[in-house]
Amino acid sequence: MHDSDERALLRLLQAGDDAAYEEFVRAQTPRMLSVARRFLRNEEDARDAVQDAFVSAFRAIGNFEGGSRIATWLHRIVVNASLMKLRSKRRKPEESIEELLPRWQEDGHAARPAAPWAAEKLVEQDELRKLVQAGIERLPESHREVLLLRDIEELDTQEAAEMLGISTNAVKTRLHRARQALREVIDPALREGT
Amino acid sequence: MLTCREFADFLMAYLDEELEDVQRDEFEQHIELCPPCVHYLATYAETVRLGKQCCVSDDGPPPADAPETLVQAILAARRVR
Ligand SMILES: [Zn+2]
Repeated sequence: MHDSDERALLRLLQAGDDAAYEEFVRAQTPRMLSVARRFLRNEEDARDAVQDAFVSAFRAIGNFEGGSRIATWLHRIVVNASLMKLRSKRRKPEESIEELLPRWQEDGHAARPAAPWAAEKLVEQDELRKLVQAGIERLPESHREVLLLRDIEELDTQEAAEMLGISTNAVKTRLHRARQALREVIDPALREGT
Repeated sequence: MLTCREFADFLMAYLDEELEDVQRDEFEQHIELCPPCVHYLATYAETVRLGKQCCVSDDGPPPADAPETLVQAILAARRVR
């Protein structure tokens, strides 16, 4: 969208134009629903999160100053609504990430030294997608959400910290452990010669 | 001399270019001497790339299945506010 179109759309939305709002909802819903589905396993929860997000966005549109794209702004609201939903659903105490992290010998060498991954295993798109998605599912929630925010939704460290109510250092530590754990979980299937 | 374990601990800071000069030199020395850590670095970076690739369907436009029921629910939610 061009800047001038974007500004025109914003003005219409802020003026409460019904047609513009409907068009905006139709245009943005598919992408926003795929964002919510990444956080929430349950389709109904994902749809609720998207709906909550549009309601919040509509309430806040008057204060939106156009510092970012409308779609980017809405994306952040959907991510936040998805996190809220996720938290309202959380019941069982989460497992520790320690078991998924690499193991070390006393002298600081890896218990299982890393090996390259086989190029031919990285081209099977369907298999790879299932493998990686299942790996992300295995992460404890506190680490999965940081990985999703930083590496998938591409929020920066500061934004992720604010959204989760934790320090930027905690975001960095969790992100690094989440990546290490994910690497560990998918490694056996991708190693050369296995 | 850094151990492999320390190498792994500093890896993200290294990739984000957040290491002090001295630490970065030690880190790069370790890479020169330790093939498993070279593989670890490469597969760690690959993991980050795969996470993005496998979760975001960037092959083509997003699914055009904006469920009409959802669209209607969103529009109705605004009207009753
Ligand atoms: Zn090493």
